[in-house]
Amino acid sequence: MIVKDFQKVLRQNIREYGMYIALFVIMAYFTFATKGVFISSRNIANLINQTGYIAVLAVGMTLVIVIRHIDLSVGFLAGFLGAISAIAMSSWGWSGPMSALLALALGLVAGLGTGFLVARLGIPSFVATLAGWLIYRGALLLVTLNTGTIIIDNAFYNSLGNGYVPDALGFLKFLPGVHKLTLLLGLLAIIYFIQSEFKTRRSKLAYDFEVLTKDIFTIKLVFVSALMACVTWVLAGYNGISWTLVIVGIVVVLYDFITTQTVLGRHIFAVGGNPDAAELSGISVKRIIFVVFGSMGLLAGLSGILFASRLQSATTTAGTLFELDAIAAAFIGGASAAGGVGKVTGSIIGALVYMSLTSGMNLMGIDISSQYIVRGAVLAAAVIFDVSTRRGRK
Amino acid sequence: MHQAAGSAMSILEMKDITKTFPGVKALSNVSFRVEEGEIHCLVGENGAGKSTLMKVLSGVYPHGSYTGDILFNGQVQAFGGISDSEQVGIAIIHQELALVPELTVYENILLGNEITKGIRIDWNETIRRASQMLKKVGLNINPDTQVKNLGVGQQQLVEIAKALSREVKLLILDEPTAALNEDDCDNLLSLMDGLRKQGVTCVLISHKLKEVIRIADKVTVLRDGQTVITLDAHKGEVSEGSLIKHMVGREIDDIYPKRGHVRSEEVVLEVKGWCANELGNGRAVLKDMNFTLKKGEIIGFAGLMGSGRTELARSIFGNPDHYTMQGEMRVKGKKNHLTHPREAIAAGIAYASEDRKGNGLILIQDVRQNITLANLKAISHRNVVDANAEVKVANEYKTALAIKTPSIEQIVGNLSGGNQQKVSVAKWLFVNPDVLILDEPTRGIDVGAKYEIYTIMNKLVEKGMSIIMISSELPEVLGMSDRVYVVSSGRIAGELPIAEATQEKIMQMATSC
Repeated sequence: MIVKDFQKVLRQNIREYGMYIALFVIMAYFTFATKGVFISSRNIANLINQTGYIAVLAVGMTLVIVIRHIDLSVGFLAGFLGAISAIAMSSWGWSGPMSALLALALGLVAGLGTGFLVARLGIPSFVATLAGWLIYRGALLLVTLNTGTIIIDNAFYNSLGNGYVPDALGFLKFLPGVHKLTLLLGLLAIIYFIQSEFKTRRSKLAYDFEVLTKDIFTIKLVFVSALMACVTWVLAGYNGISWTLVIVGIVVVLYDFITTQTVLGRHIFAVGGNPDAAELSGISVKRIIFVVFGSMGLLAGLSGILFASRLQSATTTAGTLFELDAIAAAFIGGASAAGGVGKVTGSIIGALVYMSLTSGMNLMGIDISSQYIVRGAVLAAAVIFDVSTRRGRK
Repeated sequence: MHQAAGSAMSILEMKDITKTFPGVKALSNVSFRVEEGEIHCLVGENGAGKSTLMKVLSGVYPHGSYTGDILFNGQVQAFGGISDSEQVGIAIIHQELALVPELTVYENILLGNEITKGIRIDWNETIRRASQMLKKVGLNINPDTQVKNLGVGQQQLVEIAKALSREVKLLILDEPTAALNEDDCDNLLSLMDGLRKQGVTCVLISHKLKEVIRIADKVTVLRDGQTVITLDAHKGEVSEGSLIKHMVGREIDDIYPKRGHVRSEEVVLEVKGWCANELGNGRAVLKDMNFTLKKGEIIGFAGLMGSGRTELARSIFGNPDHYTMQGEMRVKGKKNHLTHPREAIAAGIAYASEDRKGNGLILIQDVRQNITLANLKAISHRNVVDANAEVKVANEYKTALAIKTPSIEQIVGNLSGGNQQKVSVAKWLFVNPDVLILDEPTRGIDVGAKYEIYTIMNKLVEKGMSIIMISSELPEVLGMSDRVYVVSSGRIAGELPIAEATQEKIMQMATSC
């Protein structure tokens, strides 16, 4: 009975669970192939910090793809904005927080500029952002022309990509060497997860909506909680929660909330699902394009900060291919090129899948040429899987 | 009803053609016979099955997807696609032109039929042939012109030239004059006359009865997917009266629920001197339209497709697409200048589109999301959607309009046409408008669902809402409206109180321009 239920649930949700399964398989494989190095606390912590600057781009890109557009300019925009904030600190003597805010503000302006080209002037986003790609690349080279790589020595700024949340509970004596605050937060997260699952289930039952059977629901709770506990334990074994993880977490929670709970989110998905119908429902499609590209620019600024901070410097090639990684992550995460479909959380998983591949293959010492081929194959496989399951449901 | 078959002169004979779509019988035992060298017109109301019949003939619906036989030049044909029918010499020219706008006239004429010398295209011969064809259709233009620089009328002639270049034996023109002005119409009809003298057989589908009467040798009338009669012009059987009688033909069944008349004299919507010109070329789409709508009233906008009814509705709704607007509009006495549907909704106007799938609903989203889309504010606090309130609203409308769906979480694309239409209506009712514009509210849905939509409309006007109903189905217009406006070629050709309105009168006005 349980097995049957389980198969049914799996079949109905194969698209959503597919990515999680894929991530799980990939991580398990690399753990096995690297004799456990991959799953070590240190490597996972690194993996998360490396995923951060792609993950925030993927979140913004998801919305861009949902409204049937694309943004190719964000990679070099991120690199350029990282360089600007580095210059603000090194040459103009700005403080770390102010320099970071500058990058975010300029990112927002750049994004709105793209929105203007697309919404007001009707230029296809592919072309408008290809132009942006060239311009920002040139701009990055220009500002780093005299100095080359700009070293950043601001402690606040560098902690964003490398630092960890200090252990406020470090005075406790038990489990030496384990990050106690992380354990506490992990525990709280698990409790919150279980509680909210029960709440959703109750309200769905109240409306006679279909819910998981009791057995499957229990299995789901136990499984996800166990997974969260594992991740918590692994993270707590190194330095705990990194600031990058905190930042990405805030972005994901915020964007997930906006896309699933707010009027704005509904309007974005309506525009993606059918722009004509959305316009005729009183939604200004142009305004939505401005909002989505504006947010994309803002997140490009954030990505640039995380990357420059991670390297503790601004380089002449920063941001190269970020946009394609972000696009790939969004598609692996289930976004549809036809528009109207995509999930912020999915794209984060997509980014994790993508960066796990890179990290795992690096650990295994696989040549970069083969890495590209594998990543391309995984992207193609993910989209083929997505398309075929979509068709199967119709 | 159909004439006896068997004349040796028949170039085309379609026998007992039946074509069904899921849930709808589009053609039922239709017979259609065309003699060599004649101009044979095919007339009937919208939805009578004319276009379906021509799609069967040209192979758009391949052999096997319908029942019945097609004989062309005495041989039974089984077309698997358009290229098969082209092969034997059948060319169909659709209302929407199938030319490539960026290519030149000569490239278009020989497109898919290129004259080659080895592996290279012989451009000199191509241009010579194209010029020859242009002369044949009486079009005096440089064959080097890009098609996008031509007017609609000239493009139509290029399309005919293209068909002629393939040595067409049977030329089918699907409402060729719908988009043409009077001079271009005249040219086209003269050309058809000329082609007849050269021995080309033509089938003309048209709504404009005057031109049918002018040009036809024979006329076949279709109604509700069946052949009604074939009339012979040379025996004096073709007249406007006889055509309309056969086209309309049926009694109005009692499928329209009665309602208590509650209309007051209070004017809710007043439109004066309403004009629309196409951006860019300035072509007038709507010309000096005036009408009023009273509280608790249903007014019907009748007219042919392409007469400007939808353009009128969308421009009132603040979505004139690519037109520049002139004129005055008052909603409940207040002058409004609406530039976006958002403002129209705020002013109390709602518009349920004729094209549910294209721009009415979001098919990939569920019933609940579609119903609340136009008025999310009403179920939100500080821009956060209240999920419980939304479910409650959606369930209320599901019950009130009897939307048949397993749950409000069902994807709208999976519902039947009638239920999709109800979702679309529900969406606009949730906005609670004063004026509800329903554009072809019952297109493509079955009789039972139609009755339910009519009942909903009656309930709404009884509550004091005012409805503008645009419909191509005359019985529906007559059955539901309090007053009827007839639209023809972007003008209001006339207004009829329901007591005076008949299908014949409406048809006459609708075909007057």
